[in-house]
Amino acid sequence: MRLLDLTLGRVVEDALTALDAAADPIAAIGAGSVIVPATRWTELRDRVGATPAGPIGVRLGADRPDLVDRLVRDLDRLALIAVVFESFRDGRGFSIARTLRERHGYPGRLRAQGWLLPDQFRFLARCGFDQIAPSDPGRLDEWRAHLDRFSVRYQATAADLHLKPAGQEPSYAI
Amino acid sequence: MQLYNYRADDRRFLAERVAEFRDQVARRLSGALSEDEFKPLRLMNGLYLQLHAYMLRVAIPYGTLASHQLRALAEIARRYDRGFGHFTTRQNIQFNWIKLEDTPEILALLASVDMHALQTSGNCIRNVTADHFAGVAADEIEDPRIWCELIRQWSTLHPEFSFLPRKFKIAVTGSPEDRAAVRVHDIGLVMVRDDAGAVGFEVLVGGGQGRTPMIASTIRRFVPKRDLLSYLEAIMRVYNLHGRRDNLFKARIKILVQSLGAEAFARAVDAEFATLQGGLATVDEAAVARIAADFAPPPYRPADPAAPEVKSVAAVEPAFARWTRTNLFAHKVAGHTAVIVSLKPPGGIPGDASADQMDALADLADRFSFGELRVTHGQNLVLPHVRLGEVPELWRALDVHGLATANAGLISDMIACPGLDYCSLANTRSIPIAQRLSRRFSDPDQIDRIGPLEIKISGCINACGHHHVGHIGILGVDKKGDEFYQITLGGRADGARSALGKLLGPAIPSARVIDVVQQIIDTYLAIRCPGEPFADTVARVGVGPFKTATTQERRDEAA
Repeated sequence: MRLLDLTLGRVVEDALTALDAAADPIAAIGAGSVIVPATRWTELRDRVGATPAGPIGVRLGADRPDLVDRLVRDLDRLALIAVVFESFRDGRGFSIARTLRERHGYPGRLRAQGWLLPDQFRFLARCGFDQIAPSDPGRLDEWRAHLDRFSVRYQATAADLHLKPAGQEPSYAI
Repeated sequence: MQLYNYRADDRRFLAERVAEFRDQVARRLSGALSEDEFKPLRLMNGLYLQLHAYMLRVAIPYGTLASHQLRALAEIARRYDRGFGHFTTRQNIQFNWIKLEDTPEILALLASVDMHALQTSGNCIRNVTADHFAGVAADEIEDPRIWCELIRQWSTLHPEFSFLPRKFKIAVTGSPEDRAAVRVHDIGLVMVRDDAGAVGFEVLVGGGQGRTPMIASTIRRFVPKRDLLSYLEAIMRVYNLHGRRDNLFKARIKILVQSLGAEAFARAVDAEFATLQGGLATVDEAAVARIAADFAPPPYRPADPAAPEVKSVAAVEPAFARWTRTNLFAHKVAGHTAVIVSLKPPGGIPGDASADQMDALADLADRFSFGELRVTHGQNLVLPHVRLGEVPELWRALDVHGLATANAGLISDMIACPGLDYCSLANTRSIPIAQRLSRRFSDPDQIDRIGPLEIKISGCINACGHHHVGHIGILGVDKKGDEFYQITLGGRADGARSALGKLLGPAIPSARVIDVVQQIIDTYLAIRCPGEPFADTVARVGVGPFKTATTQERRDEAA
């Protein structure tokens, strides 16, 4: 899957793959570089070794903010949390992102995935998402123009602190 | 002039917003954006697709408008619409005949006078409204517009709260006397003093109209100024995460507050607030001070001893006398008055003003009111700071432009939604009902005798005409293709007395509405105590006597 990584500043291929339903999940997680559905993760996490061979990610729907509390104790084990938007209208994903970043101090990659519009890029980044994986990756080139469309902001979020000062240069070198 | 003074940053932001919308329209016209995708984007810029054309709703933040801005609105009406604008119940203005491809130019024109159509629709925090007598009323604790402006800025393209379950409306009053209908808003803020004398906000949540009308509940008696935005973020986050998204008609915050109960909702907000208090949204005192400086009182002038006295002119000019009784509002500064300009002439469309009238009013605002105007949620305009000695001259000038109707607060000062004449949601027309009522009740002596009375008319259950809180509410319902109307009595939106109207009886056909209202009025005149306004009579006797009077008539007709 192609995605836009704000920290790397470019479009990359996803280094992680979705958990294969046919595989032995404990072994697959132990091998690392896998994305596990969040509900599955909470069932398996106590049986997984402390040091998997590669990064672990979890995936939850934007419609499941209730899962955030269940992930809190794992935040230092997770390299990626992917929030899947069934619809770009589901604003819960934005609150999930800010809660993870600002209340729980989640430091890993936070991915917005699914049906999203380039026009939402700035909102997503300001809420703390640093990877964008729209269901229509053909449009990724369109996205870049939207991040720096505005040089003024009227609120403060934690992610804003990582954005470069407004109105000077692009927020991210993408 | 009391007006938020746009800084270079604000202007750059609006220019960037216009550029963005220009790009969005171009992508829509080229097909790069589907209508499904374009819709929420255009709605965030106030652009609706109505029955016959696009409608553009322009924000007039907290109802404060400068003369040069009103001239720009007149120019839009003339150049891009059919010579009219329509002032709304949310202190906005709508243009009903807009072409999609013109909208970027219109937004650019608006930006040139520090105006925009941002967040006047869509599932985001809408234009924040305020008491239209802010800065004028003597009972005011503080000018609420300072806080409205702060909220306007904070809510502008908020990264977390731009895709809410449903629209979100905030109203602020700085007076104990509620002229902003705060109890029928998603959030109502009432400025109050705590025991130590510090000024803060009582916070009410979950009021609203629409299909499920509700009066808001207080969830916190006092929020200090510095915590205002943090507390609002806490409410917004609880709503954003837990408000229903599966059913459009149950998605407003009032449904969430109702289903959890106000106390449990307040606890959820408190838990969120505990993590946000003192954080990033803490109010910056210096920013507030800058805004407050913009709302410093205008340079009021002492009375001119040579100017004619209102009383002496009224003694020889009965029409003027009548108008001064209804259309003036006491100003906190001696020698001044606020003047209500009625947009409800007999037979007119409530809230409509022509481009020429807008230009004339802009000139009158410059001459008589420091260039400032207000839009009321009752769809009228206000010249807020007029010297008493100049009132007769102003009245004559208003009269020339058909703007001196003496009916503010009286039966013909109606609110009506656009209805089926424009709106794609409506079941019935509202405007013709309002027009017929205003003709029936056009005799100045007659409406004077009836006294204070608010009729509010909605063309469908979405209640944009606020019928639930009308002293007489009229709701249009479709019955097998015919326009019928339900009548409610006893609604009101005035602070602690706020109430929802009670149904008078089954819906009646359009042709009977005017006569039934007449019967209601005749009943009221027969049973009222001396000096008792209509709403108080209904509160005292209930719907019963009115039901009897109106159904008796129907039986007589059937016989």
